[in-house]
Amino acid sequence: MSTPVLDRTSPAPDPRHHPKDDDDEGARPAVGAFDARSLVSSLPAALRKLDPRHQVKSPVMFVVWIGSALTTVYAVVDPSLFTWLVTLWLWATVVFAGLAEAVAEGRGKAQAETLRRTRSETTARKLLDRSTGQEEAVSATALRRGDLVVVEAGEVIPGDGDVVEGVASVDESAITGESAPVIREAGGDRSAVTGGTRVLSDRIVVKITAEPGSTFIDRMIALVEGSARQKTPNEIALDLLLASLTLVFLLAVVTLQPLAAYSGQAQSIPVLVALLVCLIPTTIGALLSAIGIAGMDRLVQRNVLAMSGRAVEAAGDVGVLLLDKTGTITFGNRRATALVHLDGVEPGVLADAARLSSLADETPEGRSVVELVDASRDGADDAPAGAEYVEFTAQTRMSGVDLPLGDQDDDERGTRMLRKGAASAVTAWVRAEGGEVPAALADVVDGISQSGGTPLVVAERVGDAPARVLGVIHLKDVVKPGMAARFAQLRAMGIRTVMVTGDNRLTAQAIAAEAGVDDVLAEATPEDKLALIKREQAGGRLVAMTGDGTNDAPALAQADVGVAMNSGTSAAKEAGNMVDLDSDPTKLIEVVAIGKQLLITRGALTTFSIANDVAKYFAIIPAMFAGIYPALDRLNIMGLSSPQSAILSAVIFNALVIVALIPLALRGVRYRPSSASALLRRNVLVYGLGGVVVPFIGIKAIDLLVSLIPGF
Amino acid sequence: MSALSDSAAGFLTIAVLVVALAAVHAPLGDFMARVYTSTRHLRVERFLYRVAGIDPDAEQRWPVYARAVLGFSFVSVLFLYAFQRLQAWLPLSLGFAGVAPATAWNTAISFVTNTNWQSYSGESTMGHLVQAAGLAVQNFTSAAVGMAVAVALVRGFTRSRTERIGSFWVDLVRTCVRILLPLSVVAAVVMLLGGVVQNLAGPTAYTTIAGGTQTITGGPIASQEAIKELGTNGGGFFNANSAHPFEGPTAWVSLFQVFLMLAIPFSLPRTFGRLVGDKRHGYAVLGVMGALWLAAVSLTVWAEVTGAGAAPQAAGGAMEGKEVRFGEVLTALFGASTTSTSTGAINGAHDSLTAAGGGVAMLNMMLGEVSPGGTGSGLYGLLVLAVIAVFLAGLMVGRTPELLGKKIGKGEVTLVALYVLATPTLLLVGAALTAGIPSLRDASLQDDGAHGLSEVLYAYASASNNNGSAFAGFGAATDYQNVALALCMVFGRFVPMLLVIALAGRLASQAPVPVTAGTLPTHTPLFASLVTVVVIVVAGLTYFPALALAPIAEALS
Repeated sequence: MSTPVLDRTSPAPDPRHHPKDDDDEGARPAVGAFDARSLVSSLPAALRKLDPRHQVKSPVMFVVWIGSALTTVYAVVDPSLFTWLVTLWLWATVVFAGLAEAVAEGRGKAQAETLRRTRSETTARKLLDRSTGQEEAVSATALRRGDLVVVEAGEVIPGDGDVVEGVASVDESAITGESAPVIREAGGDRSAVTGGTRVLSDRIVVKITAEPGSTFIDRMIALVEGSARQKTPNEIALDLLLASLTLVFLLAVVTLQPLAAYSGQAQSIPVLVALLVCLIPTTIGALLSAIGIAGMDRLVQRNVLAMSGRAVEAAGDVGVLLLDKTGTITFGNRRATALVHLDGVEPGVLADAARLSSLADETPEGRSVVELVDASRDGADDAPAGAEYVEFTAQTRMSGVDLPLGDQDDDERGTRMLRKGAASAVTAWVRAEGGEVPAALADVVDGISQSGGTPLVVAERVGDAPARVLGVIHLKDVVKPGMAARFAQLRAMGIRTVMVTGDNRLTAQAIAAEAGVDDVLAEATPEDKLALIKREQAGGRLVAMTGDGTNDAPALAQADVGVAMNSGTSAAKEAGNMVDLDSDPTKLIEVVAIGKQLLITRGALTTFSIANDVAKYFAIIPAMFAGIYPALDRLNIMGLSSPQSAILSAVIFNALVIVALIPLALRGVRYRPSSASALLRRNVLVYGLGGVVVPFIGIKAIDLLVSLIPGF
Repeated sequence: MSALSDSAAGFLTIAVLVVALAAVHAPLGDFMARVYTSTRHLRVERFLYRVAGIDPDAEQRWPVYARAVLGFSFVSVLFLYAFQRLQAWLPLSLGFAGVAPATAWNTAISFVTNTNWQSYSGESTMGHLVQAAGLAVQNFTSAAVGMAVAVALVRGFTRSRTERIGSFWVDLVRTCVRILLPLSVVAAVVMLLGGVVQNLAGPTAYTTIAGGTQTITGGPIASQEAIKELGTNGGGFFNANSAHPFEGPTAWVSLFQVFLMLAIPFSLPRTFGRLVGDKRHGYAVLGVMGALWLAAVSLTVWAEVTGAGAAPQAAGGAMEGKEVRFGEVLTALFGASTTSTSTGAINGAHDSLTAAGGGVAMLNMMLGEVSPGGTGSGLYGLLVLAVIAVFLAGLMVGRTPELLGKKIGKGEVTLVALYVLATPTLLLVGAALTAGIPSLRDASLQDDGAHGLSEVLYAYASASNNNGSAFAGFGAATDYQNVALALCMVFGRFVPMLLVIALAGRLASQAPVPVTAGTLPTHTPLFASLVTVVVIVVAGLTYFPALALAPIAEALS
């Protein structure tokens, strides 16, 4: 299976991205492989699609269906070997179109089957009264939004919801294919659980957020099966164009009969139908829905669930990518590497303050501060009793601790407030607390920022004394290798990358320069992010972003392509139009590539289909009319052996080319990021010029075989 | 004349024409761009607006614009019909009776649709007043309507988030007052100097050299001739059109006429480039039009000069039906240009072109009159085909297709698809009916076999694409053909126009998509080539079976 990964040579290693197709056979069937067997096994499904109620959905194939029916009647009334062979191959054309669709759907079906098994009837322990813990056993399907259920180790979570109480490790391999358990806990951004996954340890209370039948797994099944598939806007537009082309050719063929009669030889119905079917764009008409299904499937193979095909199409048009710096552009484990104390501050005081303010900070950065300080001196004290921790929020962009001063019995005791955080936030706090910010701070902060590091300013306020700045913690962030090359490719594709970070402007710009992004949104609050998206959209650009937190939800909803991380909150997953089961933010780049590939495949096969008509004309027109005007045989440049053989060969080619292109439709045409001009040149050459040349060779080859049939 | 000097002269003629067009297209194109963007109204224009009760600064939404186009044209048809029918009671009628109803209806529609198909002989049917005040006026306004619609479409591309696509009345008046009238005056004077007649003389009887008598009508010819070519109308004062010595007295006047019919259509791409703010887009459109035109001219000249058959070989070319005074190259050039521009004026008999030459003339029209097409209609026709090209090409670069910052979605594709369907439907159904129904066939066809079918196809190609030229062997003066061809002219003109105006409205209301490296560049030679291929393939695939039975069968035999 070929994968349209943006950059095959990119060294960017991503520890979270496993090659799923190889190692998770047990959890989920490997999909994507295409072989002759799948053609045979999909044949029954393809034959079921002969139902005219199904055919009418594709105007092109419906015309073929009617033509085949018409020819069949004619063949029964006036049988001949030629008529029956033409009839046979016309029906084959219809069946092959169904086959393409059935094969594409078949790849999802196996996956849906596995998913269905996980959804098998579960009994839920519905919590009737949270205070008494009174429970009632109900069927999972009886759960409604807002119900509370208890799930303990070894049990299957009965429905989608948020953990409202407790912490548990959860095996989500049923949907993600990832065997390592994940932690789900009440509150924060890791509270969402998915129905059908299994709790491995502990006990949690889950508040159900989805009605039965519309759970994540239900949607996923519908998606991979293609049953919920709706035609996307571009697909509808293409359908319209194909329908009008079909009408043009219908017109040309219908009016040809009186002209042929005038010229002295009316044509038989099978010959006219053969001409029509060869001219109308059957190749793309037969493969169009398979291309759409396969496009969604390619996303599923990368563990991305697109909630609508529209979003996949939009991905191809994306003009701006919003990428979170942490975890996407950098590895995200910024570490404290140095403490810079300001003049007049004892180094020990800074180290102590930095450590105390980080004790409750469970982020890697916070832990790295504690580790840095502890490594430089012996022994580690715990936080003093009575400490009150101030948590980091996106709005304050500070964390810290308030420590009681002196004895606990002392009524006159004051508080020692320690704060650490972004320079702008902490200096604002110092000023608000009556302190002054020394000019030297700016130099230190700027110096660290310009070197690509992140400065965390530490300040304190003791009792009623004015607050003062103690110094700066130097955090270093490591940009993932290969990112600059990826962004250069995106730029060549016309996509601007915007790095979104809570860091201050200078830090952000230093990292941006190192990573090679086009723009930076520094010191970003969720509101800033939303405003940026709206601004870009007002300029006519489509915006793609990833997010996981509840505060990302408005931006995810606003973005044209919003990829929510599966590890994120259910609010984020509701708001986005795609969910990445691997929770890998860099995958956005692949999503864009898949969107583009989907559109290119459609365009390329349409072009191929239309270009084919040239050769078919040169096969069929002389065959039809050389009897009237022998000079027209000069148009038979392929030297086809007889008129009947020429017409039959064209029909056979027309049918076989569908089968031959099924793998391409499922795989998508090759896509390498490059400029629009380069892409156009290549695709016009391959599918336009190729589309003109290939049928000349193909029809001639088939004619050589057909001419061996007695009577041809 | 030796073959060498003949082809050298032919090459020189074409070279002179190309140089003249190249010289004039930039200033004329820029001038027209200024006309359509100017905010000032001339005094005479303000007077016209006041008389008609029009607010020239009120712009129209597309349905209003479309209603204005249709309403104006409908009134024009009624007026012209009445004018012809009442001719006997009008001055300067030269004693002619009122024109017969079917002919009058056909002629009225023919001139209002810029087709100028003539199923009558001008000099023996109409007096000077009808010719000058009826037909010539329509030569101006029908050309102006086409240009107005083209400009409205361009506004669709240049404007954003608006419902308004300009004012039809302002576009119409300005096109006539500022562009067509001044240019016609200059052209008429040039023609007068070249020997084209301009008087109000009635029929005069002369004794010919051979001793017989011949009645020759004078008239206001030069003034009508100028706009006939400039507005790509083609309706001649005389039945013989530009082959008549009073309409086309000398070789250089004939060449000048070719220049006039090509001048505006080849300058409009420049106007387009100016209006969209990037001249390169104009060059791309010009490149497509120019390549198609040059190919058509080359093919026709080649077909006529090397004409197969015993007589042409002996004469050093297919001389039958040619403007013998000037040679077959000028006739071929005239023929290729008149069919490429929806003019339909002729200086030779197209029925007598070689099968290949006649086939090229037919194909020129079947391309949808875009090489370079009629005044305005050529530009909008090509832009519509560019939308189709961009739809395929856009997909192939992995984006939802867009042209000049406008997305080509479902609505746009629907309009464009209907546009592409409209003319072939009229042409093929019309031709199939006449060829397929024996009574109709017998009434109108002079020849049988492949050439007879060519005559039918040519007639319906000409009417449906608003060209107006004909294969003379086709008898169009029957009531059925008068009505049927007029219907083809009406629908062939106004259905595409309506779709184009609707497209303009849709595009104008869109928000623009900014250009990035991922945007398909639509001003490059690559894209221009793609549009050229789309133009040929769309027409070729549609008409190849029919053409195979007519000119192709004829040419290969």
